[in-house]
Formats: sequence, structure tokens, C-alpha cells
Amino acid sequence: MSNPISHAFKKAKSENRPALLTYTVAGDSTKKQSLEILKSISKKVDILEIGVPHNTPVADGSQIQTSSYRAIKNGVKINDIFKIVKDFKKFDKNKPVILMGYYNMIFQYGENEFLRKCKISGVNGLIVVDLPWPENKKFASKCKNRSIFFIQLLSPTTTKNRLKKIIKDSHEMIYFISMLSTTGGKLKVSSKEILSNYDKIKKVNSKKNVVIGFGITEKTIKSLKKADGLVVGSAICREITNSIKKRQNPVTNVYNVVNRLKKKIK
Amino acid sequence: MKLKKRIPVIDQGDKQGFWGGKFGGNFVPETLKKPIEDLEILFNKLKKDKKFINERDKYFKNWVGSPTRFIKLENLTKHVGGAQIWSKVVSDANGGAHKIYNATVHCLLAKRSGKKVICGDTGAGYAGKMLSMAAKKFGLKCKIFMGAKDIRRQQPNVRAMKKNGAEVIPVYSGSQTLVDAVSECMRYWVANCDKVAMCVGSTVGPAVFVRICGWSTSQISRELKTQLVDEFGSVPKKLKLYNCVGGGSSSFGFWNEFMDYDKKQCEFIGVEAGGPTKSKKHAAPLTYGSKIGILHGAAQYVNQNTDGQIEETESISAGLDYPGISPLHCFLKDTKRARYTAASDEEALNAYKLVTKFEKLRPSLEPSHAFSVAIAESKRFSKDTIVVVNSCGDAYKDRGIIEKRLGKKYV
Repeated sequence: MSNPISHAFKKAKSENRPALLTYTVAGDSTKKQSLEILKSISKKVDILEIGVPHNTPVADGSQIQTSSYRAIKNGVKINDIFKIVKDFKKFDKNKPVILMGYYNMIFQYGENEFLRKCKISGVNGLIVVDLPWPENKKFASKCKNRSIFFIQLLSPTTTKNRLKKIIKDSHEMIYFISMLSTTGGKLKVSSKEILSNYDKIKKVNSKKNVVIGFGITEKTIKSLKKADGLVVGSAICREITNSIKKRQNPVTNVYNVVNRLKKKIK
Repeated sequence: MKLKKRIPVIDQGDKQGFWGGKFGGNFVPETLKKPIEDLEILFNKLKKDKKFINERDKYFKNWVGSPTRFIKLENLTKHVGGAQIWSKVVSDANGGAHKIYNATVHCLLAKRSGKKVICGDTGAGYAGKMLSMAAKKFGLKCKIFMGAKDIRRQQPNVRAMKKNGAEVIPVYSGSQTLVDAVSECMRYWVANCDKVAMCVGSTVGPAVFVRICGWSTSQISRELKTQLVDEFGSVPKKLKLYNCVGGGSSSFGFWNEFMDYDKKQCEFIGVEAGGPTKSKKHAAPLTYGSKIGILHGAAQYVNQNTDGQIEETESISAGLDYPGISPLHCFLKDTKRARYTAASDEEALNAYKLVTKFEKLRPSLEPSHAFSVAIAESKRFSKDTIVVVNSCGDAYKDRGIIEKRLGKKYV
């Protein structure tokens, strides 16, 4: 059985556009609302990344931090996150879901138990921000054994030699960090430069689906259209924060943002 | 798990940076892999380079002011009536605390790597103050991340940093203390690692930072060993070294040279911050049996909940107010080379009262924790036992807190 993540990329390719990936934090602003957001955007999005909020995130900018702290404050626990995924999958069972988080949460839960729960609830991929290659080799192969994609990250600082080795060990999807930044930073390099780095990755192995993330907003998304996939996270988290501030409905506001993003890459 | 002899502890980690196979490592975002590797290569080369070591020693001697005093606390010894109580007055060092050693070395490394800016975290403000001093000395721009709560309670050090030309960036996330300052500093480095060097303020963080800091603060025990031999003719038969432990930089440096001695001869006692007596919160992961987790790039014993969220700590001393602990100390605990215990806020304050009453010494609230346990235990030791307490920081920064808790006469 192939992973729905592969299908999502195939489908986007057949429509001659990049796959759209969104990142929202599980439990932001509440457990119920984060599920509603996932349900509402799911028809516009190809792959859903769901953040597992952590309270000492070393790679997240202020927008995602705000979302994460809000979710933790509102009581979200790992088991709630599995339940959110499970409930979502009842609603749309073919939509791929990727969990993204920090290793300590997995470590405390127990790697095997965590993966067992991922499997039961329908998680298709994992991104672990602070478990880089080669430290992640063992865990990545555990994921593979359970047909869960372990998504390797690449950054502009990744050396050529390292790049090749990571790509060789990667599963079908790779996440390229567009620039030196925490999540949600302003795009401080040109899209041309980002795409030239992207091409270097594709040249090593064109079969891998490479998505670009960090700094992608309604303003910048169009310029990176040629990638296999594009991830928007902080822009969505910001929308939730702003909606709460303005006492508006985050669900409809986030839907509108995602809808506009989708239109820009069609 | 075993401690090896004749190999520096900082070099006893495996290829991936784990001590004892499970403490430390490099749990970092991909972006930091390259800058960390670069720093490792540079540090491994320079720590064997005689010229570099001479340069370090020159600055330690002429600028930091080495050696710091080793003094007998005669009155306190008489009052306690047991072991001889001595102190290594590391707060004599330029700037008033041991943090100067690590800051100096990081600035020297930054210079060698061609970086023009250095960033760092701080809790009590000493790491930040020293980094700002060293950065000024070596012509580097300096950015210091500090929790908003710590900024409020450690004003004298904040003023010193600003005076040295550093930019002090308040961190409002989480508990607004050291843990959040370290996170924010790491995030800043993630985004700027091409141009900026990072100094982690203690023996915490990704493995190379643990090693650099431990290598730098070991100056303390190098000096002490010479001073002990000068005073007693040899390293005493019953030596007990007391040190407070927050991240663990001063204690590791205070013990390192004595690592290979049998623990019956040279015992190491680490004192963590137990927090207020009435509070369940503490900053003592080793004493109270916290589980292993990952914090700031390294596996260590750390206060956390069952989900793996890092827990808030509480301590009167900002410098010990950290939920984790150096991988080096986890290693020393599990190999049973060092013994760890905790002192409460109140016990530290009482020790401060006692020390300042009997001696011309004003230990900050951090070493006051160590004094508390040293005084209590010295009572039952024989007269030929040599107890040495590392007075690693000066109380000037704590005057606000001390005045509030003990009254004006103690300031």
C-alpha cells in the first residue's frame, strides 16, 4: 500500500502545480477549533502538517510560538493530538497528515509507542525538527517499517556531501528550509536563490518530492511555484492570532487565507 | 557507564557527542549542523595549539586576573567547629564571576573564525555581563538574550551589559527566565549563523558548547590545585569540593583537575537550587530524580511533565533557575563520581547571613546554596578535612533581593 503523501504529489503534478501544504498547531486555539480548521481547509490543501506544540522550540519564530503556547495553555496533550488526527481522518480519510514537532515529546512517549499511535490514528509522515541526520537514522527506519514517511530536512547550510547522504537516506518527501531563519521569518533571500538551491537538491535525485518552507506567504508563494510543494505555516498561525484579537472566527479566516494561497499557485 | 582516567571528561563523549552513551548529543535543527561542525573543527584544533593556549593564558592572567584567591575562612571554621572551611574566591575574577572564562574563550574563537558579532544568553546576568566585557575587549558586537523576569531582578548586571555596549534583548516567552533566554538565543543563531557566533552561557547546549565551556572554566581547578599544593604541600588526603550547580559551568571547572583522584580523597558535592521551601517547583533535576529529556540540543536530566513539556522552575537565584543540567553532571552523577543535593531559598539566605557575618566575603545567592550544605556537613567532619567552597559570584547583583528578604543591613 503506498503512502497517501505520494498520491498527493502525483495529483498536484497532474494539475501542473505545486502541492500546497499547510501547518497548523494541534489544539490552537482549542482542540475542537483546530479540528474544525483542518476540516475546513482540507479540500484546498494537499497535505496537512499538524504541529505538536512544544514549550522550548528552538527553531520556531514568534507566530508559531504564540500558537504553540496558546495550545499548551488550553490543555492540549499528545493523546489529544492523536485524537484530532483520528477524528479528522474519519472526515477525510485520504488526506495525508504529517505531524511536526520536537524530539523530546516522542522520546518521552517512547518511539515505538508513538509510532504505534501514529499508525492507529492515521498519521502518514513525521518531521522532527531537532533530530537531524545521521542521529535520526534509526528512528527513520522504524518509521519506514511502518510505512510512515520520515521527512528529512535540508537547509542552505547543508554541505554538498551531506546533502547527498541525506537524500540517499530520505524517504519520498524532503523538506527544504528556504533560508537561514526560524519559521515565519521575512523572506530575506531572492526566490531565484532559493530555487537554485532547490535545483541542486533535485539534481541529486529528481524522484524525491521536495517541498520548500519558511517565509512563504500570500506575497511570496507565487514566485516559488515550480517546487514540488510549498509549506505555509506562520502566515496561518498569524491569522488565527489576529482573528482572536479581532474577535472574528479563525475557522473562516484561515479558510480564506488558504483559498487565496491556492489560487496563487494554480 | 564508566568514567575514564587520564582523558579529560569533556573529551569522553562518543562520536555523536554523547557522554556515557546517553547524555549530550546534538539535537539541533539541520541549519545548525554546519556551524556546529565548523566550531568543533576549530575548537579541536585550537585546544591543542600551544600558541592559542598561550594567548588564552595571557588574557586569563592579565585581564581576567588569575589566580583568584584561595582563603581560609577562619571565623566560620571556628563557629562551625568541624572541618577547615576554605573558599576559592572566583568572584575576584574580572567582572565578579567565573563566567568570564567561557566568555573570553568564545570571543577568542569568534575572532579566529572571522565573526564580527557574538550572541549569548544569560540568567543571573553574569554570563551576559562577561560576554559584553569580552566582546568589547576583542572588538565584537554583542547581543544578549535575557528573560524579562531576570531583567527585573538582576538590574545591576543589566546596567553593566548596556554600559559595555551590548544590546540586551528581553525575552517574554514562557517563564521569562534563563530557559527561555537560551531558546531565544538559539533561535537567533539559527537565523544568523552565517555571520554571528554564539556563546552558550554554561556547560549546556549542543555538545561542542558543553566542551568549550568546561574547557574554559577548568582554569578554576588548575589554579586551586597549585594553591592546595602551595598551602598543604600536596593535595589533602580529605578534600571536599562544594559548588552550586545550575547549568553546571562553575562546578565542572572547579572539579575537573581533581577528576582522576579517588573520590574518598577528593569528593565533589554539587548543590542544586531547591527553590522556596513551600513551593513544589525547584531547579534541582539531579537531586529530585527528574527523567532524561532533550533540552536545548542535549539529552540530560530535566524537569518536565509526562508529555515532555519542560517545566517551570523556581529559585531565588537566577543563575541556578534552569530546568536542565549539564550532560557532564548527568555523567558524573551516574558514574557516581560526584554527589548532588539541594538547598532551598531559605537555606541559601541563611548561609549568606552566616558567611557575611563571620567573613569579609559576599557570595552571591548561587554560591550561598553551596555554602549552606558545606556548613551543615562540615560540623560532622574531622579537623583535618579540607572543605573548599567555590564562591563563584559576587552578591552585588543580588542587593535588591537581599535587601527585600533580609533587610538593609545585609546589603
